[in-house]
Amino acid sequence: MTKGRADLIELSVMNTSNTLTPSGVANAIEVRNLDFFYGTFKGLKGINLDIAEHKVTAFIGPSGCGKSTLLRTLNRMYSLYPGQRAEGQIKLYGNNVLDAKQDLNLLRAQVGMVFQKPTPFPMSIYDNIAFGVKLYENLSRSEMDDRVEWALSKAAIWGEVKDKLGQSGLSLSGGQQQRLCIARTVAVKPKVILLDEPTSALDPISTAKVEELVSELKNDYTVAIVTHNMQQAARVSDYTAYMYLGELIEFGHTEQIFMKPARQETEDYITGRFG
Amino acid sequence: MDLAIYRRRKLVNRIGLTLSMGAMALGLIVLLWILVVLFKNGFSAIDWAMFTESTPAPGSEGGGLANAIVGSLLMVVVTALVSTPIGIFAGVYLAEYGDQSKTASLTRFVTDIMLSAPSIVLGLFVYAVMVAQMKHFSGWAGTMALSLIAIPVVVRTTENMLRLVPGGLREAAFGLGAPRWKVATFVTLRAARAGVMTGLLLALARISGETAPLLFTALNNQFFSTNMNAPMANLPVVIFQFAMSPYDNWVRLAWGGALLITLTVLVLNIIARVFFRDQGSR
Repeated sequence: MTKGRADLIELSVMNTSNTLTPSGVANAIEVRNLDFFYGTFKGLKGINLDIAEHKVTAFIGPSGCGKSTLLRTLNRMYSLYPGQRAEGQIKLYGNNVLDAKQDLNLLRAQVGMVFQKPTPFPMSIYDNIAFGVKLYENLSRSEMDDRVEWALSKAAIWGEVKDKLGQSGLSLSGGQQQRLCIARTVAVKPKVILLDEPTSALDPISTAKVEELVSELKNDYTVAIVTHNMQQAARVSDYTAYMYLGELIEFGHTEQIFMKPARQETEDYITGRFG
Repeated sequence: MDLAIYRRRKLVNRIGLTLSMGAMALGLIVLLWILVVLFKNGFSAIDWAMFTESTPAPGSEGGGLANAIVGSLLMVVVTALVSTPIGIFAGVYLAEYGDQSKTASLTRFVTDIMLSAPSIVLGLFVYAVMVAQMKHFSGWAGTMALSLIAIPVVVRTTENMLRLVPGGLREAAFGLGAPRWKVATFVTLRAARAGVMTGLLLALARISGETAPLLFTALNNQFFSTNMNAPMANLPVVIFQFAMSPYDNWVRLAWGGALLITLTVLVLNIIARVFFRDQGSR
């Protein structure tokens, strides 16, 4: 709020880039001076951060801190709603996705998203997967069969559904539905996968499966995950960003954030003294 | 703990419950009364001849309602064919495309007015623009009047049912890079299909008993005819004319026709409810 605080944030961001640069990883997404507005309310304030390729980046912070908002700017999901807008730059492999000329459908095919609540489409399990693939690829029946099996295997659900591909996606349990949704996102082979609290509606066993899956996914995809569960962030991510009131407070290697955070606010949050 | 507060709440609860039960009983008694009278007079009128013979000439014996049944069916079916696509397209536009735009607000406003417009006004309108121009009554004119009643119902139920589809489902489809028309047709409309079907059936149930708009448009036809370009017999108008006639067999047929329409509407309502329940349990 005060100038002093803004300076501190600048500093921490600089720290961040210092810690990140030496490791020499390429960035899939670079966010620069991002502001976000819900009408007149400013939901994100001057966010700067890099999302490293083939790594898992976690976003933590108390409710309303803007972590989901940030995720929803990366594939411009907010553009569905009039009155929401973003300013600044989000570069996906060098291409500014906030550009008015950006084709949103193509962007979303490259930056897939999995939501908090499982959202299977009202169609068969097979068609749930094929729906997204058909949008951008012309596959033969057997190629599509292979792709469906591949995606469902990736999401660790193939064994459970292979005998009932024709059944409605809605007939699955909550945990299975969520893995189906992950498979659906994986199937279109995006570059980046955004996960918005993917396990908050799931039981511990399903959660464990999805977490395993996230670690698995980073071999082929860049993953950004929003979570309320700090242990989850610590378990699955390589980098962690702590956000509060629309600002990025601290960002760095996950071990560093959880073992010796640079900022007092971060430490208060992860030790449970706050939020 | 103050038991007086609890006792007062119980008393208020009892009064409220009594009032609402009373209101329900009042409605139910009237409905049962109507049904009892209808069944008593109607069932005796229903026989095979009602479905095979056309409406009798004044003074002649016997006769049936075949021409009116076929005319009503024909006009309702054509109305369904006309109003289903228009209504669903408009509903999809309102829920998925227009949203808060000026065009959508205007469409919504006009639809609401049409919904509450007296059906006799719609009949008179079609009389002025169609019947008066063509200089004769016709099945087409009847269909047009019925469509004007059915379309707003379909538009509004389609929009409302699409709005009940969780936003997350829509976002998930957009999140895969699907264009808006695919999201609307393959995901949201499909998710809402039971509700949309229910709306359609209820619209058909509503128009199958409409009399006023048909008086000015299809009028009536004493003979069996499937020519949509000529005046067409239909149950509501036949009931209207026969019920007040001095001939016993006409009055009897009017009761039979009234029962037939009531049963049809009842069946349509039951089908609609079954549709909706299926969606709920999935």
